[in-house]
Order: sequence, then structure tokens, then C-alpha cells
Amino acid sequence: MTNMLEVSNLSISFGGLKAVNDFSMTIKKGQLYGLIGPNGAGKTTVFNLLTGVYKADKGKIILDGKSLLGLNTIEINKAGIARTFQNIRLFKELSVIDNVKVGLHNHHKYSTLEGVLRLPRFFKVEKEMQERAMDLLRVMGLDGEANVIAANLPYGKQRKLEIARALATNPKLLLLDEPAAGMNPNETEELMETIRFVRDRFDMTILLIEHDMRLVGGICEEITVLNFGQVLTQGVTSEVLNDPQVITAYLGE
Amino acid sequence: MSFLNYLINGLSLGSVYAIIALGYTMVYGIAKMLNFAHGDIIMVGAYIIFNCMNGLGMPPLVAILAAMALCTVLGIVIEKVAYRPLRNASSSLAVLITAIGVSYLLQNVALLIFGADTKSFSSVVSLEAIKLFDGQLTITGEAIVTIVVCIVIMVGLTLFVNKTKAGQAMQAVSEDKGAAQLMGINVNGTIALTFAIGSALAAVAGALMCSAYPNLTPYSGTMPGIKAFVAAVFGGIGSIPGAMVGGLVIGVIEILGKAYISSQLADAIVFAILVVVLLVKPTGLLGKNIQEKV
Amino acid sequence: MKKTGLSKTTRSNFITYGIVIVLAAIMYILQLTGILSSSMQGFLVPMCIYVIMAVSLNLVVGILGELSLGHAGFMCVGAYTSAIFSKCMESTLTFAPLRFGIAILIGAACAAIFGMLIGIPVLRLKGDYLAIVTLAFGEIIKNICNVINLGLDSEGFHLSLKNSTELGLAEDGMIIIKGAQGISGTPKDSNFLIGVVLVLVTLFVVLNLINSRDGRAIMSIRDNRIAAESIGINITKYKLMVFTISAAFAGVAGALYSHNFATLTATGDKFNYNASIMILVYVVLGGIGNIRGSVIATIILYILPEKLRFLSDYRMLVYAIVLIIVMLYNWSPKMKEYRAIAKAKIKERFGRKKEEKAV
Repeated sequence: MTNMLEVSNLSISFGGLKAVNDFSMTIKKGQLYGLIGPNGAGKTTVFNLLTGVYKADKGKIILDGKSLLGLNTIEINKAGIARTFQNIRLFKELSVIDNVKVGLHNHHKYSTLEGVLRLPRFFKVEKEMQERAMDLLRVMGLDGEANVIAANLPYGKQRKLEIARALATNPKLLLLDEPAAGMNPNETEELMETIRFVRDRFDMTILLIEHDMRLVGGICEEITVLNFGQVLTQGVTSEVLNDPQVITAYLGE
Repeated sequence: MSFLNYLINGLSLGSVYAIIALGYTMVYGIAKMLNFAHGDIIMVGAYIIFNCMNGLGMPPLVAILAAMALCTVLGIVIEKVAYRPLRNASSSLAVLITAIGVSYLLQNVALLIFGADTKSFSSVVSLEAIKLFDGQLTITGEAIVTIVVCIVIMVGLTLFVNKTKAGQAMQAVSEDKGAAQLMGINVNGTIALTFAIGSALAAVAGALMCSAYPNLTPYSGTMPGIKAFVAAVFGGIGSIPGAMVGGLVIGVIEILGKAYISSQLADAIVFAILVVVLLVKPTGLLGKNIQEKV
Repeated sequence: MKKTGLSKTTRSNFITYGIVIVLAAIMYILQLTGILSSSMQGFLVPMCIYVIMAVSLNLVVGILGELSLGHAGFMCVGAYTSAIFSKCMESTLTFAPLRFGIAILIGAACAAIFGMLIGIPVLRLKGDYLAIVTLAFGEIIKNICNVINLGLDSEGFHLSLKNSTELGLAEDGMIIIKGAQGISGTPKDSNFLIGVVLVLVTLFVVLNLINSRDGRAIMSIRDNRIAAESIGINITKYKLMVFTISAAFAGVAGALYSHNFATLTATGDKFNYNASIMILVYVVLGGIGNIRGSVIATIILYILPEKLRFLSDYRMLVYAIVLIIVMLYNWSPKMKEYRAIAKAKIKERFGRKKEEKAV
């Protein structure tokens, strides 16, 4: 198996505080990978570095053999990384399906003029977008709510819509930031199914941050444990989760 | 010598802007909103002083105190009725547009009560002008009082913010409302206090401004208000010394621009400076950078 | 029946066009039959002008989610540049519709260039700062228009910022802009019909833009800039696009304006931030982001004070109060909660009645 993502020696500091220090990680194609660690360990910062929100002080990020260093968020998305957010960031005033259609923006194109003048290409591409968006909504079980305003969706479905929107950009690597946060055990169970399904159906590589150990243990093949911005340990999930170091990091001395 | 005259006029006007800018900068720092109606409170203050002095025959100082008291009440009421309900609105445009509405409201209420005709404000300053260099250089009493008052307010406010409990509560609220609340700080009260101080200062600014430029109409507050906001942005919003520096610079530039370039283009010059400052250093001269959290 | 989101918006757009066409037809008939007072007749073109202004401002405020307080400045650019063109070409190009058509395009293009210029700081600024910068730009434009003296003679254009005698025009020269006295004698090419057509063109472009791929991208920036960036939306491009298009239409409105009145000046309240705020009032009261609302609110707020003369003293006061109330009602989180509860209650009662009926 080839590598989808290779991160080496990634570091960033904010005002002298090393938020992420010498972080390295390798994710193979098609893998479900977990990034865990106590609060404030720097997990979301890693996501922000991977997606170009922050610029790394040093280190390398290679996606599918291509270096992402120096690219901005938009270019990184085009290169093949899409993400969801810890605090849900939907386009609240848009309908569910329009949220997904915005995700399709860079893959189904017509010019502004064609759009304003309603030339034939507009109708053709819009039809494609409608079908593709509905497909994605169906996968996430949201097709019944296609025309609902996103803000009116229940919490769990908002998280799913974020995943659908990210998938719409046709990524190689999907980053999920605490996808199960705020969900009850049943919803979490269902989410695990969905994540597995997404991986299989789209042949996706997925990296997720999660606190819910049941979810991590249940679906992630490998994990990295982050503590104080540094890699504490990484490897096959079952082994890492039984590592006494990890237990100490979470529970304290 | 005329340059020195202009410079002093500029500093005097700039001091007025600085006092107004303080109101903007404090409110912006704490409530994170542009109080568009702040300039109109100056106008209200000036009308109160005008009517207290001309109608009721009060001495200037008493009139100013009365205006400060009424403007304080006005500021608190506006905050409570119009701004507070929108503090957690999903769009920051909401409170800004409401502030524009309040500004219009104040202007039009003033129009109905005081009329559209220009009132001739009599100076609250009885200090004689100082003539230097055989009368070539004249420093008016208004200019002296304005500059002195501005310095006193600036020092007083700096001490207040840094040394008193209420002042430190203000700093805490401006840093992080949520955390301040958890620390037991009365956030609503602190924001109201900020509006109160800003509005009281606006009344003082109204008195000083109209003493130097005695034409008073319901629209007198708008332009100085906007220019003072420019001054606040120039100096760095949220910064008290920034407001002072910004006010003085804008005042001097305006007067020198009027004198040496074109009286019609002076406002354009002030605004062009704002645009340039925001492009080069969006946080202003003394402001600090805030990054959005992802 | 297959119901797509597309046909629904198309239908809604046609309702908007329909409203404009029907209202225009009524006005036209009233005008022909002489029922319309002469003062109301004078209001018809300005009404079109302000509808265009409100719709194009709503594109910035409602769809992009940024506040612009300099919209009247763009109108000023369009008014001046188109009037300059028409004055220069009056004797050479005598076919008025063509001349006016070109004048409108020139007004729109020049305003668009200014819109793009203003769009550049827009990329770095947000919210309040942006609002004040657009206000500043508007005031700068107005101030400059007030000091320009422009003349044309056989040697070409002459420009002075002092006064018209400094232009040094030859015998055959013509003063085009005379400082604060502005431009006078622009051919009166505007009329109600052209105004209505331009309103429809504006609506067509704005509505189709909103309901397209680009429109969704623009609204996604409004709703969540960071998320929009994360899925590859080019924020720079779209912000500039919106400011440019919006300014272009303000320029069109300006051309309509300068060719409707005998003199054009930039003094007083016509192009300053008060004018911009007035247009903002139309947008807010019509509903932020609601294009049809902007059309209707502008028409009503324009006619109302004329019909209710006794109100005219209180007009601005009433607007101010209504503006504040509408903002509080629509945007306060508490009010939103109350409204949701009230809605649920009404639904419940209504639903119960339905059930009773069914029984």
C-alpha cells in the first residue's frame, strides 16, 4: 500500500509556546486513522496546519506524493484535503442541498456570464450538480431534508451535512474534527457505520480527531496520540490504547 | 507665523476629535460595535448646553454638568434598548445598522424639538485670547481650554482604566466577555458604564466644539463623529493613547489641508488617510492584532 | 411531478419581474390618462433610480453580507461620467437612444472600476471597518466631484481644481463641469420606460447571479468564510465581483439620474453618505437579502411621504424608529426565540382546528 499522507517534523509555535512540535505521521491510502490526545494537546492545530489555516514554522506535508508546503487553504482543498470543523461551520442560511452544491463548486463549472444569461450550459451543469448533490445526501441519509435550511437541521444531521459538503469537493483525504461530539451513543454508533461506509464507497482515506474512545477503538486502524504538541506514541489502535503511557496522559498521574 | 496659528487651531480641533474618539474607542474595545450614534450625542449635548445657558440662564459649568448627566442617561438608555438585545446576534451588521437608525432618530428628534435653523452657540470659555509676537500669533481661550481639558481627560481615563476596579473590569470584558462573566464581573453593567463615560465625554466635546465653531444644527454631530471615528481607527481602536494621537493628527491634517491645499478637499484628505492607514496597517498605529479562531 | 429547486426560484423571479411590469403599466396608464399629478410624474424616474440602487446595494449587504455606506458615491461616478459623455457627444451623436445607451454603459463601467478599487481594501477589512472605508470612499468621490472644473475646446480637455476661468478655454470652448455648480444642460434622455427597462435588467442580472453557482459561493462566504475557504471557494474573486457588479448598477442609476435633471451637482444630500444610508433603509425595511422586498420597500417608501403630506415632517423620524424596530425584531436572538415559540403555538392551534374540522 502506498502512502496518502506523509507529515514530517511539523512544528508551529504561538508567541513562544510550541503548540505542535516535531510532529510526524504517515497515513496509508484507504486507511481510517485516528488522532487522539487530551484537551489542548494540539490536535486541531494539526488540522489547521494540514489545511493551510496556519503556516508551519518547519516540517513537510506530502499528500499523495505532492508537497503541500506554502499552499493556502483553497489550493490545499483543490489538492485533495477536505475537512469538517469541531464547532460546526455550515452555511446556515442556505438549504441543505445548496450547502453540498457549494462543495461541488470547483468540479462543476460554468462561467458567470453563462449563469446570468441562463445559457444552455447553465442548465446542463446545474442538473449534474443537482444529481451529484442528491447522491451525496442519500449516502449521508439527508436526502429527505434536501430543501431544509441548514440551520434548522438537528445537531447530528448538521455534522453529517458537513461531511457531505466535504465529500462534495472530491477529496483524497478527509479530515473529521470530533465528528461524534455532542452525539448520544446511538447516534455515535450510526456515525461509525457512516464513516466506514464512506471509506469503502469512495475509497477514501480518513483522518479523524475524536474523544470518544469507543468510536476510535471501533473504526480506526491506526492512531497517533498527541500530548503537549508532541507525538506520545503511534501505531495499531489496540496496542496504543493499552499503552500505559497513553492511559497516564489521559488520566494524569 | 500663520503656520503656527494653523497648527494650534489644528491641535485644538484635534483635541475635540480625541475626546470624541475616546468614546468610540472605548465602546468599540468593549462592546465590539461601531456606535454610529456617538456623534449625534455630541449634538444633543451641545443643544442641552445651549438651552440651559440661553433659555435657563445657567452658568456654563452648570450647563455642561447638566448636559453630561443627561447624555449619560441617554447613552445608557440607547445601549439598553437598542444595542444590548443585538449583542449576540448572528450578524454583526445588525447592531451597526441599528446604530445608524439611532443616529437618525436622534437627529430627527432634535430637528422636531429644536428646529432646523442654525443656533449660534455662545462660548462656554471666558478665557481671554493670548497674543504673542506683537499679535501675530493668537491663541484663543477656547483652544487653550480644549487642549488642557483633553489632556486632563486622557490622563484621568488612563488612571481610571488601569487603577480602579471598574476600569480593570472594562479591560477584562474587552479581552473576553465569557471569561469575565465567569470571573464574576457584571458584563452588562460594565458595558453600560462604558457607554455612560463615552456619552458624558461626548457632552464635553459638544461644549468645546461648539465654543470654537458656534453653528449648531441637528446635523452638527455627524461629520465630527465620523472624523473622530477615523481618528480612533487611525490611532488603533481600543487604545486610549491611540485615540489621543489619532485625534490630534487628524485635527492638524484637516486644518493644514484646509489652509494649504483646498478647503473643499480637506475632508477628502482626512478620509484618504483613513483608507491608506487601514490598507497599510489595518489595526491602526497603536492597536493590536486579533486573529479569528478556527 | 418532478419538483426541482430550480423551477421554484425561476417562478419566484418571474413573480418579481411581473410585479415590476404590472406596477409600471399601471403608472404608465395613469400618466397617459392624466390622473397622475405632475409631482408624481416627476417621481417616476427617480423611483426607478432608487429601485436599482436598492437592489444593487442588497447584493452587497444581503448576499455578500458586507455593509457598504458609499453606494451613492458610485452613483455619483456614473452620473458624472455619463453626463460628460453626453455633453461632449450631443452635437456629433444626435440619435438620443444610442447616445444614452453608450452613456449608461460608460457610467456603469466607470462606477465598476471604482467599485473594484474599493473592493481591494474590502479584501482585508471586515464589518465596521469596511463600512467606514466605503463611507470614506463615497465622501472622497463627492468632494472631488465638487472641485473639478472640466472644459473642452478644439485643443481637447482642460482640467482645473480651482475654478473655471483657470481652464484657459479657447473661444469655441465649452465648460462641462463647473466646480460645485456641476454639470448643466445634459440632454434629457431619461424617461420612465427606459427606467423600467433598466430596473428589469438589474433584477434579471442580480436574481440570476444569486441563483447560480456564483451566487451560492457568495452566500457561502457570507454565512461562513472559513468553511467556504476550506472547500475551495475563492473569496477574493467573489468579493471583488460583488463590489464591481453592485457599483456598475449604481453607475447605471447615476446615468439615469444625470440625464433626468437639468443640472447635476454633488453638493448637499444627493450623493453623500446620507443618501447611501437612505438606500440602506430601503434595503433593510425590504428585508436584507430579499431582492423583491427591496423593490417593494423602495416604491412604498418613495410614494408614501408624497401621498401623506402631513407625515413629511415626521418621515425621517418614522423611518428611524421603524428601522430600529425592524432590526430588533429580525435579528435579536431573544426575539427569534419568541417568534419561534409564537409560530409553534399558532401552528398548534391551527393544527387543532384542522383536526376538529376533520372530525
